[in-house]
Amino acid sequence: MTSDMTLPLYQTLTADETALSAQVSLAGDNLQDIRRTALERFKAIGLPTLKTEEWRFTNIQRYLKEFSYEFLHSAVQVSADTVAPATIAGLDCYRIVLVNGHLETALSELPAGKGITIGALSAHTTAPGFTTWFNEQPHLASAVLAQLNTALFADGLYIELAANTVLEKPVHIVHVYTSNTPAFVQPRHLWVLNRCAAATIIETTVHPNSQAVTFANSVLETVVMENAELWHYNVQQGAENFREVHTTAAQQYKDSRYHHYNFTLPNTPFTRNNLSVALKGSHTETNLKGIYLANKHQHVDNHTFMDHIMPDCYSNELYKGVLLDSSNAVFTGKILVHQEAQKTNAFQQNNNLLLGDKADINSQPQLEIYADDVKCSHGFTAGQFSEESMFYLRSRGIGEDAAKALMVNAFSHDITNDVSIPELQQHLQDQIAGIMNN
Amino acid sequence: MLTIKNLHAEVEGKKILKGINLEINKGETHAIMGPNGSGKSSLASVLAGRDNYTVTEGEVWFNGKNLLELSPEDRAREGVFLAFQYPVEIPGVSNLNFLKTALNEIRTYKGLPPLEAKEFLKLTKEKQQLVDFHSNLMNRSLNEGFSGGEKKRNEIFQLAMLDPQLAILDETDSGLDIDALRIVSNGVNKLRDAEKSFVVITHYQRLLEYIIPDFVHVLYNGRIIKTGTKELALELEERGYDWLKEELHLKESV
Repeated sequence: MTSDMTLPLYQTLTADETALSAQVSLAGDNLQDIRRTALERFKAIGLPTLKTEEWRFTNIQRYLKEFSYEFLHSAVQVSADTVAPATIAGLDCYRIVLVNGHLETALSELPAGKGITIGALSAHTTAPGFTTWFNEQPHLASAVLAQLNTALFADGLYIELAANTVLEKPVHIVHVYTSNTPAFVQPRHLWVLNRCAAATIIETTVHPNSQAVTFANSVLETVVMENAELWHYNVQQGAENFREVHTTAAQQYKDSRYHHYNFTLPNTPFTRNNLSVALKGSHTETNLKGIYLANKHQHVDNHTFMDHIMPDCYSNELYKGVLLDSSNAVFTGKILVHQEAQKTNAFQQNNNLLLGDKADINSQPQLEIYADDVKCSHGFTAGQFSEESMFYLRSRGIGEDAAKALMVNAFSHDITNDVSIPELQQHLQDQIAGIMNN
Repeated sequence: MLTIKNLHAEVEGKKILKGINLEINKGETHAIMGPNGSGKSSLASVLAGRDNYTVTEGEVWFNGKNLLELSPEDRAREGVFLAFQYPVEIPGVSNLNFLKTALNEIRTYKGLPPLEAKEFLKLTKEKQQLVDFHSNLMNRSLNEGFSGGEKKRNEIFQLAMLDPQLAILDETDSGLDIDALRIVSNGVNKLRDAEKSFVVITHYQRLLEYIIPDFVHVLYNGRIIKTGTKELALELEERGYDWLKEELHLKESV
């Protein structure tokens, strides 16, 4: 895929079917059938509107129309300086750099060794892990932006760990998003951890200063096979010149553990995270934790779906929001417990600090439970700082801003404190403190 | 050091303080006693700058500065410390981080550089020993899950760390068993010196057996109605407050 289109994206998506089909043909890979089917699905479902149940509080069309985006499929060169800000102090890791989804080999250190397959997705479309798992996560079929990604993605990162393979160091994926003109990019990743494999993967973003806005519609599929364990941290660093729809679709098999931590930091005007986990084996453990710290007119939408298909599984979801200025956030927590999924333990909590005068949160738990022997709970809070706590801190000489920073740190503590890598934990706490002290 | 002149204050439109006059000099310890609802804790709150109180009349001067014009944090930075009657639990804020932040904010205000980690730890250790504060409480969240006694001890430990000129102890003795009371009082006594002043607000004379005041004031109905020495506290313990109230009513009816 090298040639780029020049038609404004929004018109192409809504009106110009031949142009979209032509885009698919441009991808000269062995996935034409999959891409065409996805394109048909995309056209059949259509772009979400505010009347689409899953998008009631998020007007994506507004953001797609905001600039005259064009599809950008080709790679963009960046220098080592560009990715320097992504460094997590003191962290010993494998660093992998992706620019708009394209692997930048020169800046990456790929883990090597027995049982480790890692590289550009486009180079692995015939790998057994790919042919078995690509586009197989059951929730993708109804996710319209994911279908668009399947039809037209350019590239991304493929990771497969063979059975019993353990990555001893964390993998740090640095996503660079950059373009000279308004660009719509569609990274696509697939990570497969086979039986008893284990890995820790950290994703962060870098947005070099540039005039042009990048809109990423990315999809990540993860497969955590029997007794495998994946720690997955997604840090959305945030920038004025970025917009994002980020879809993470996971599948878990018997006895596996999946820990997903999502941090959305300020400045990106529009972020929609779709996170869904399909439990296809019993006795699994799933932790979904998230912090969103939004400012200005930022819109952050976390749309999560825990699909309890099998019995005896445990899931725990905790999302915490700190909303400054006129930011607004949406949290949707869908838990579906199938009739067969007896002895499910599924917990969900969404807590918010509304600190901006015009900040606002729409939170909706959606519990659908068809099994009768389960423990499920959900909760929601929205509030301000306790005045008594603020006064206590100030009465000790701590200024109002520093006191607020301490309180926000405290509020997010039960999530940051769970981060298994001390360097990342420190990095996140510093980020949060830096934002609050600014 | 502290001069309170004709201080009137109200909360939610209700008059609480109705003309307090009080002069506190360097190195003095003043006890303020009085029945429930007389305005003792309100006085402490007004001095520390709690914002649900409105001062309607009067002045408060602290080392030549108009205290009432300062924010709560600036009052603390100038050297006023309030030991809370009910210290707040703040989960997620570690005691150590809290103290380091407070100490360095005060130092910045005074134009001093932040303490080096090593110096800070040394100071912490020294003050822990001084007020008998368990080091295992240091890394815990601020007051979270602390017993009543531990919370009060933490207040005195903070007092030792922040080294204010004027410390107001708001019913520090309420809810303490005798052992905790001794530990807390011992801590306070070790901190007393010629430069520091204390205002000890209490409902019970018992505390004043351990922290011996230079002056005892009786607060009633928003005013100081009697001032004496430590013997006054003993008299109050024996006779209660009713005789004072009667004395007051007689005076007022004359």
